[in-house]
Amino acid sequence: MVGSGRQLGGSRLVTAATEALTDPALEAAVATPEFELANIRQRKRRGLLIALPAYIYLLIFFAVPLITVIIYSFATRNRFGGADLNNWNIDSYRELGDDLIRTILLRSAGLAILTTIICLLISYPFAYYMATRSEKVRNLMLVFVMIPFWTNFLVRNYAWYVILGTDGPFSQFTEFIGFGPTRVLFTQVAVVLGLVYGFLPFMILPLYASIERIDGRLIEASRDLYANGWQAFRNVLWPLSLPGVVAGSILVFIPSLGAYVTPHILGGTKGTLLGSYIVTQFLTARNLPFGAAMSTVLMIIMLAATILYFRKGGRTL
Amino acid sequence: MATKQTRWAALLAALALLFSACGDGEGGGGESSAASAACEVGQVDGDLALYNWAEYIDPEQLDAFGQEFGIGATMTEYDSNEAMLPVVSAGNSGYDVIIPSDYMVGIMIDGEFIQPLNFDAIPNASNISDDFANPSYDPNQSHSVPYQWGYTGLAVDTAVVGTDFPRTWDLVFGDSVPADAAGKVTLLNDPRETMGAALKALGYSLNTTDDAQLDEARNLVSGSKENVLRFDTDSADELLTSGESAIAHGYSGDMFTQFLETDDPSRYVFFVPEEGGTRWIDNMAIPFDAPHPCTAHTFINWLLDAEQGAALSNWNYYGTPNKAAIDLLDDELNEFLTDPSVLPGGLSSVESIADTGDFETNYTDAFTEAVG
Repeated sequence: MVGSGRQLGGSRLVTAATEALTDPALEAAVATPEFELANIRQRKRRGLLIALPAYIYLLIFFAVPLITVIIYSFATRNRFGGADLNNWNIDSYRELGDDLIRTILLRSAGLAILTTIICLLISYPFAYYMATRSEKVRNLMLVFVMIPFWTNFLVRNYAWYVILGTDGPFSQFTEFIGFGPTRVLFTQVAVVLGLVYGFLPFMILPLYASIERIDGRLIEASRDLYANGWQAFRNVLWPLSLPGVVAGSILVFIPSLGAYVTPHILGGTKGTLLGSYIVTQFLTARNLPFGAAMSTVLMIIMLAATILYFRKGGRTL
Repeated sequence: MATKQTRWAALLAALALLFSACGDGEGGGGESSAASAACEVGQVDGDLALYNWAEYIDPEQLDAFGQEFGIGATMTEYDSNEAMLPVVSAGNSGYDVIIPSDYMVGIMIDGEFIQPLNFDAIPNASNISDDFANPSYDPNQSHSVPYQWGYTGLAVDTAVVGTDFPRTWDLVFGDSVPADAAGKVTLLNDPRETMGAALKALGYSLNTTDDAQLDEARNLVSGSKENVLRFDTDSADELLTSGESAIAHGYSGDMFTQFLETDDPSRYVFFVPEEGGTRWIDNMAIPFDAPHPCTAHTFINWLLDAEQGAALSNWNYYGTPNKAAIDLLDDELNEFLTDPSVLPGGLSSVESIADTGDFETNYTDAFTEAVG
């Protein structure tokens, strides 16, 4: 994507340069088909040259690791924490049918869907409010949405660890208002809370971008035609903001599905999630092929979701 | 179009890179296991790069070694044997000395990832206590020397549980968990340790390769879950002293140093339950391609000295395999190490974790299933 984009830009630059050069001396040559061909070939070559850094980057940091993961997923575990690369088989993929894996996958997916829905419920009114404010307020609110990104994700998760801990501020607060001390840390509730907190901006931003672009007069028109608030939302605002909803949901769902840091820090006894299980395969079971197979499947799920994103949401954003 | 060509070129280049990388890795150690480094006592051939567990040696002690021999000494940390293994086995790790645990020494000898030691350059090896000579994982004591040892057991906050409790695994497994500790138990987030504890509680070996026994252990862990606050390795000790937990499954030295950081260390006790637990031995070894093997031998010899061995234990509060160092240990550490109530089942009740080969994945899966 990045590469081809750059290449187009590059070709255009090259064209401009050749045009400047061709003037008046080579004017006669322009008409001949040989010159045209040579010109096109040269343009392509220069385009490639300009795109080369992007290609090399993608090759080293994306293609090679990805292919390595896929190749390892067909290898055989050995006890040295590596994999035997001569005994190819699909056992690792067969193991994915285990009840254990299905349970973990369903649990992770359920948690990711819950996170996505909560994010959507919080973000939609917020994004709508933000989109309907004056530009000054709007920009200020955008900054507030971004501020958490200035702090490392890991540090923010540890902040929740402290807040939710026994005798932490949260427990003290609930005790103060009469609900007694609460134990939220190390439960699934804490995990969902952490995930929602972490990924909320990924929902707010596309929703905001999508709602902000809607012509407010359409909603006014629907009200003029005696639509009540709910009907105006249901029939005008919601369908028009759907690309933002889809984009935001996918941007939240994908990282939630493979989340590792948040469940690791805030999660409790019950409920191994996909991310932790994959880490276990690499760092405890020394089962590289199986870990690689799980990662491959997870990537395929994410790829499917991303394709959906570009079909439904990405185009209008 | 150009993009199509480059795509193919990219793919080919990627495959080429990949296979050349695999080719390097395949042979593992590569170096012949026959020869050990020709070094003399006290000889150094460059700066020391130590690859060690976190908080396992006093940084000042490491500096002291560098100063004594006029070289630099740096340390990088790892948090599990499994994380260390691929770094060393890939080659070119740049480390001179590593500290693998017992079972990992066996794996690394078989994979030729560590080199045989030249004991002519390690005269202080005579300080190693007989209990630690020729261990099962390195039968001829050719590739490793013991560094520190410890137990895995239970730490209890007596302010919550009281002092009248059975010193057995019943404290954390099954229905007999003290009411005050319900929901305040932490178990290690480690398949071999926690499944091993359950196997011991059931009277089996913690190195079993019997599926039925492992199933039983899985059910025991799974059935005890409602009392478990968290499966945690990194912060089990802090959770206990901060009051989050009341009973913690953990490592002796970790717990003991943590107790001493509180206002009232006597409030906490650590012991290995009667049915038995894990005794582990961490070892010093030299990677097959260590850049400074002579410095490595000299460092190993230096740490096996009586005074340095004692300084090591007095800082990390683990047991020393160095019989010459025992008289120089702090009194409270010595008391702890020799206190019979720490090991009510006696030495015969503890086992070291051994590599079970392909059965290893059964442990991981049983643990994951038990955790849920």
